[in-house]
Amino acid sequence: MNTAPPAVSLDRVTVTFPSRSAGHAAYTAIADVSLAVADGEFLSVVGPTGCGKSTILNMIAGLLTPSAGSVSVFGEPLRGLNRQVGYLFQADAVMPWRDVLRNVVTGLEIRGMAEAERTRLGRDWLARVGLIGKDHLYPHQLSGGMRRRVALAQMLIVNPRVLLMDEPFSALDVQTRLMMENELLDLWNADRKSVVFITHDLEEAISLSDRVIVLSAGPASRPIGEFIIDLPRPRDVAEIRLTPRFVDLHTSIWSCLRPAVLEGYRQSRETA
Amino acid sequence: MAMTASHGFTFRVTALRLVLFGGFLLSWHVLTATDILPAFVFGQPLLVFGQIVDWFWSGKIFLHLGVTILETLLSFAIGTILGLVAGLWLGLSPFAAQVADPFLKGMNSMPRVVLGPIFAVWFGLGIWSKVWLGVTIVFFLVFFNVFQGVREVSPTVLANVRLLGANRRQLLRMVYIPSAMSWVFASLHNAVGLAFVGAVVGEYLGSSRGVGYLILQAEGMFNMNAVFAGIIVLTGCAFVLDQIVTVIERRLLVWQQR
Repeated sequence: MNTAPPAVSLDRVTVTFPSRSAGHAAYTAIADVSLAVADGEFLSVVGPTGCGKSTILNMIAGLLTPSAGSVSVFGEPLRGLNRQVGYLFQADAVMPWRDVLRNVVTGLEIRGMAEAERTRLGRDWLARVGLIGKDHLYPHQLSGGMRRRVALAQMLIVNPRVLLMDEPFSALDVQTRLMMENELLDLWNADRKSVVFITHDLEEAISLSDRVIVLSAGPASRPIGEFIIDLPRPRDVAEIRLTPRFVDLHTSIWSCLRPAVLEGYRQSRETA
Repeated sequence: MAMTASHGFTFRVTALRLVLFGGFLLSWHVLTATDILPAFVFGQPLLVFGQIVDWFWSGKIFLHLGVTILETLLSFAIGTILGLVAGLWLGLSPFAAQVADPFLKGMNSMPRVVLGPIFAVWFGLGIWSKVWLGVTIVFFLVFFNVFQGVREVSPTVLANVRLLGANRRQLLRMVYIPSAMSWVFASLHNAVGLAFVGAVVGEYLGSSRGVGYLILQAEGMFNMNAVFAGIIVLTGCAFVLDQIVTVIERRLLVWQQR
């Protein structure tokens, strides 16, 4: 286990966006970030709004090239798009013109799988994410929670080795959110892929993860704290929040996160 | 709009519409029958109606109507396909779009109907001069819609499908074309109407067949009743075409929220 390369590793990565107009300085989203995600690890990244959390995910996905430093995936330096990841976006990314089943099997269709086979697998996944019988509905006919499930199945069906999730449940109401978090943990428990989970919700981060990394306020964010979450699994995300160990972890992570949040808040008030 | 749900309301709307339409026909009839308005200039509703019945009864109209519809459908189909292809191509190639921009703007500003006489010289007095006139009108409408549509494809959907492994061709098939289609359909209602305008104006400018030709001929003989009859037939035909587009649109765009 110790000799295996990490699923994802960032080595002293900096991302600077060129200024949009002359006279404005270039914007450095993250500076000198190094982090590694072990194979099978559930890692959460928390930080104040606008601290470059999504930048980290986009870089791991290969949608963004770092200005300095390097990204490697299972020991190989990343070039171009990362074909080993599944990405659950914060915004709706399902295709509105495809029904539920065809959305879910998109990745298989791209890989050239025969239609009968992919339909069978697609139905299988619809059952797993609780969308039985919804095959032929279109995304606009679904609730926000159901659309998330479609996106989840669409991502998992191609069996990616690393899952990237960008505040995937932030648009859901609290109850739906807890349900989805538990379902995510169940699905993850089945085959323990590596996960990088971005959130601004500390409770969500603790209840889901093996490890939580805290980012400083932007610009030029970097990790300022790292916490191992030694809560027993399997977990129920609602119940675990009541345990003393959870409260301890929450207290210590919050004391690290709080200054960053205050700093982020101060900045957002100044620019507003 | 909640009020339309009431039964009495719907009835009153329909009744008033019928009264207005009947009143219009009646006053047209009375005014022209009593020579307050000269029937020679304004026609007479009963004779207009008689002319329409005669055209359909004798079958004389079908050749002309068929030609006009054929011209409309051809210019509609060719214009839409060319507009779709050009819109996708320029939408996906910023360089080509930059190069083509002033030409497209210039050609779009030109009132396309003035090309009619030139097309008559180039393509003769048969259907093709009308078809190409319609194409120049339909093309730009569809083109600008598709061009805009391609540029407004959701970057998240695009990134998602790319990460699922799609190559350029698959992106085109799975994302750009379906996304552009909703914009094409938004322009199709106008496109059908304008294709019709292209056909009829082309026929006015010189032809030996078509409803436009019928109207032109009737006008030459000062037969105002036939002119009005031709206008009514064209209007009805345009209405039917528009309904057909609506049906096709419903079929193909089931995924859209309504």
